[in-house]
Amino acid sequence: MNQSTANRITVVIKKDCPTCALIEPVLAELVDEFENRIAIYVQDDPAFPQSIRVKLDDTSLEFSYANKIEIVPTLICSNDEEELGRTVGWDKSEWRQLTGLTNLGNELVDFKPGCGSKTQDPGMEEILAAQFEKDLLQARKVELAQSEDEIEACFDRGWSDGLPVVPPTVVRVIRMLKATNRAPDEVIGNIPPNNLPCTIEKVAINAVLAGCKPEYLPVVLASVEAALQDKFCMHGLLCTTYFSGPVMIVNGPVIKKIGMNSGVNALGQGNRANASIGRALQLLIRNVGGGVPGGIDRAVMGNPGKYTYCFAEDESDEDWTNLAQDRGYERTDSVINLFAGEGLQAIVDQQSRAPESLTKNIANSLRSVVNTKMYGAADAILVVSPEHRRVFRQAGWTKQDLREALYDNLMIAGSEVIRGADDIAEGMPVKFKDKLLNKFRDDGLHIVTTGGSAGMFSAIISGWVASGEKGSQLVSQKIQ
Amino acid sequence: MSNSIMLDPTAELDPVEKQLLPRLETLSGATVGLLDISKPRGKEFLDEIEKHLVEMGATVKRYMKPTFARVAPQELNQKISVECDAVIEGLAD
Repeated sequence: MNQSTANRITVVIKKDCPTCALIEPVLAELVDEFENRIAIYVQDDPAFPQSIRVKLDDTSLEFSYANKIEIVPTLICSNDEEELGRTVGWDKSEWRQLTGLTNLGNELVDFKPGCGSKTQDPGMEEILAAQFEKDLLQARKVELAQSEDEIEACFDRGWSDGLPVVPPTVVRVIRMLKATNRAPDEVIGNIPPNNLPCTIEKVAINAVLAGCKPEYLPVVLASVEAALQDKFCMHGLLCTTYFSGPVMIVNGPVIKKIGMNSGVNALGQGNRANASIGRALQLLIRNVGGGVPGGIDRAVMGNPGKYTYCFAEDESDEDWTNLAQDRGYERTDSVINLFAGEGLQAIVDQQSRAPESLTKNIANSLRSVVNTKMYGAADAILVVSPEHRRVFRQAGWTKQDLREALYDNLMIAGSEVIRGADDIAEGMPVKFKDKLLNKFRDDGLHIVTTGGSAGMFSAIISGWVASGEKGSQLVSQKIQ
Repeated sequence: MSNSIMLDPTAELDPVEKQLLPRLETLSGATVGLLDISKPRGKEFLDEIEKHLVEMGATVKRYMKPTFARVAPQELNQKISVECDAVIEGLAD
């Protein structure tokens, strides 16, 4: 006897599910009872189950996706207006209650769990979203001809930095966007040089191009927000004839979560996160901002880091502050820092065991930033290797001690570096002749640690010659 | 090889080619702005340009960006657009 108010029954099943096979007699009972008011959707084999004559082919999974089926079998009871209830797997009492059939499935066990719906297969959700959610993405769709190679097509359309990119298919972009809660149509800001509005979706597309995994997207989004901070002066940095481009240093728990390299060869090739996160920002500036070399990018030579320049800090020494802490963040914060810089210059010191000696040697090398006669022009990052850090730590020095000692070692009498001094026309304006100068402006020298545990080599990342308020300053952005 | 669909990574708003603004037909009687971008020797270069423009009958107004490294402030752009018929930006190097 049917005591339920439900007058429509829907069941979703698949052949490759023992529970669905088990309930075949139940489905037959339901067909007898509900006749043309029952719909049985089959996800994998439209011929299953053989004893049921009328069933619906859902091999496209359109119905299952639209109705958020997660487990088969799923029983849905509804009336003319709305769904009244649903149950998953075989639970005799629930099926009886929902259908109102008190003797349903008399011969069967009371309970047997179901199987995963085909909509839950790995990667399927994005494929189905791409197929059935037409309004999810707003970007212009570019349909390739049968004869076109996907990667060559990206080159042909000017989307590449010169290396192959990952073709930004709809499925890949949806997969990328799943890594953020932010709406695809949210505008993150205007991207220089053309200052055109950029949505989260466009960032995701360029992250796909760059080769990012979806889990890198929050870092890429933070890098874009950092680049858009006025202090960073991305527009000027892009246009300059100088070498510089954005250099990214990542701090905090995100480093281990996404597997960034802060060890051996940290500034080199070989780590997907380091490589593709740095590249994503550059591609975004190219593609959304319109910043193309030879166009508005007028760099005399550029530098190889303009493909990508991103690394993580070695944070293994808890008593040595990381860059984010130096900028006011907590050690537990994940932060990306952007610096307008270029190149890498080695500082070899395999002999110093006293911090004073090592500091003096490092300072001597730092004097070469831009050129040895320019003071206060360009900022710099000193990249201290773990072995050099050990020299400081064993002597009880903190990073602040190093910073202060470097400051003292980087003073010079203006008369030594003014134009004409040392028979070199270049140098500081003559008005600095009687002044005492420091190599770096206040807050112009940053110190980070990265690299493998063997090798007494530190390094300098020189900054843009237009550093400071007149140009670019190091910026930090918390990764959400 | 494929018939796949890709999503455009560009801003899409960009026209295929940017169109130039209509050119002045004569400099005689026109007001021409000279924008010094604050690079060394910009003044000498623009002094020379000014001399030629005045000979051609133009009125010249001089402007200066606070720093070459950053884009001109919007107020300055607006001031030039209000006061001038054309502008010459004194690029350097």
